[in-house]
Amino acid sequence: MVEFLGIYVYPTLWTVFYIACIVGPLLGSVAYLTLAERKVIGWMQYRKGPNVVGPFGLLQPMADGLKLLLKETIIPSGANRIMFVAAPMVTFVLSLIAWAVIPFDSGLVLADINVGILYLFAISSLGVYGIIMAGWSSNSKYAFLGALRSAAQMVSYEVSMGFVIITVLLYVGSLNLSAIVEAQSGGFWNWHFFGLLFPMFVVFFISTLAETNRAPFDLPEAEAELVSGYNVEYSSMTFAMFFLGEYANMILMCGMTSLLFLGGWMSPFDFVPFTWVPGPIWFAVKIAFCLFVFLWIRATFPRYRYDQLMRLGWKVFLPLSLLWVVLIAGYVVYGGKAVGA
Amino acid sequence: MIIQGLAFYLFAFVAVAAGVMVISSRNPVHSVLFLILAFFNAAGLFVLMGAEFLAMILVIVYVGAVAVLFLFVVMMLDINYVEMREGVLQYLPIGALIGIVLLAELAVIGGSWVVLPLSEAASAMPTPPIDQVTNTNALGRLVYTHYIYLFQAAGLILLVAMIGAIVLTLRDREGVRRQRISDQVDRKVADTIEIVKVVPGSGV
Repeated sequence: MVEFLGIYVYPTLWTVFYIACIVGPLLGSVAYLTLAERKVIGWMQYRKGPNVVGPFGLLQPMADGLKLLLKETIIPSGANRIMFVAAPMVTFVLSLIAWAVIPFDSGLVLADINVGILYLFAISSLGVYGIIMAGWSSNSKYAFLGALRSAAQMVSYEVSMGFVIITVLLYVGSLNLSAIVEAQSGGFWNWHFFGLLFPMFVVFFISTLAETNRAPFDLPEAEAELVSGYNVEYSSMTFAMFFLGEYANMILMCGMTSLLFLGGWMSPFDFVPFTWVPGPIWFAVKIAFCLFVFLWIRATFPRYRYDQLMRLGWKVFLPLSLLWVVLIAGYVVYGGKAVGA
Repeated sequence: MIIQGLAFYLFAFVAVAAGVMVISSRNPVHSVLFLILAFFNAAGLFVLMGAEFLAMILVIVYVGAVAVLFLFVVMMLDINYVEMREGVLQYLPIGALIGIVLLAELAVIGGSWVVLPLSEAASAMPTPPIDQVTNTNALGRLVYTHYIYLFQAAGLILLVAMIGAIVLTLRDREGVRRQRISDQVDRKVADTIEIVKVVPGSGV
């Protein structure tokens, strides 16, 4: 009995505790990301943004959440009920489970699997299902059109994202996320952002915008033509779950960008006042900066037209990233960089 | 060990059940979703065997890309579900035959391990022991070093198939005005705008 507790029960309880430690702050960040988005865009457009609920509008996310929670869930009579309810859950759950492999500091990771980066890529490529299921099961033309656009867009940009990930893992020689970050230790000039991989950073960052359906690639929810895209029939908590999933995905993509290119939890300078700051704080700062760029882009750029979007994905990013795979492979073999065992 | 055994039976049972649902559910969209469930459980089985690279590739390629396209096509079809069910009995013998052929092939492979223990050793030889290298590395050595020509041949066949599909379906439409981004970027202000001082009453 004691053995049973030691082998199965306690580890399970500890894992649940760790999961709570990750998911809690994550959901808090999602709530405040919505506020940050409105505030930042407000300032960029010379407005104040939300400033009524609580000091500086700080309680606005709570008010929004409460409002969505208390509204009525409406299921359209023509909808496929099971899929209609399952779609927001899929989106939400997928945006959470990816965090299992994200390292917050050296050794501070829930599951240190040796194909971590592939796991992240797999989970992010599944995100399209929540949207397609929502669009199809709503039995509404706007929702369906939004879902189709979104599916085509996410599948297209995933290809070049995959090649970018391949260049990074060729360069590092490992698929383990902790190893990828360790390879960038020793000051900011060792980050992948500076050096051969810089063009891949640009491709990756723009692809993450497309992958999360953010402006300027937010055609799936182009409000001018599709009212709101795939989530037009959703209300109350089902709608809130899409929203939470989408914003959690944004944070995740920024986390991936920081892990792959901006040195993850590493401090930018390798000497004393900077190394005192703990790793998770540096990681959070990098994620926050990437998120700010997301918001900045949304406030700045107009929406892409659909054919331009496809052209950028297939005719610009794909050849460029393919070329870079060849280049990095050549560098790894002939450039004196040690090949990973 | 108990947990692993339970996980194996869970994944195996769900995979088989989902496979049955793929061919028996009324709605093709549900069929595709059950197919995805089957893929996931197969990936779970790979993880149990310690082949986590294959598991992730299965999810990325089949669930993340192939099944999305399936779903894409199936959702766009305008199918009469009742009519579709009627032909089932007609195609049943062919389907059963293919199933039996596949089963026989599986039995031959499984049987070869039992009958010839050497063949297992031979097939396991090219990779170093799994505790010395990660399975990505082991698979890479196998595919890109030992079987490079077969691998390239498979790639060529896929390339030919892809080009064939494109050639068969490509139609040149006339009268399409394509955007030439280089032309747009090359345009100068001087080429397009002329500032004219117009004297009142005389026109341009």
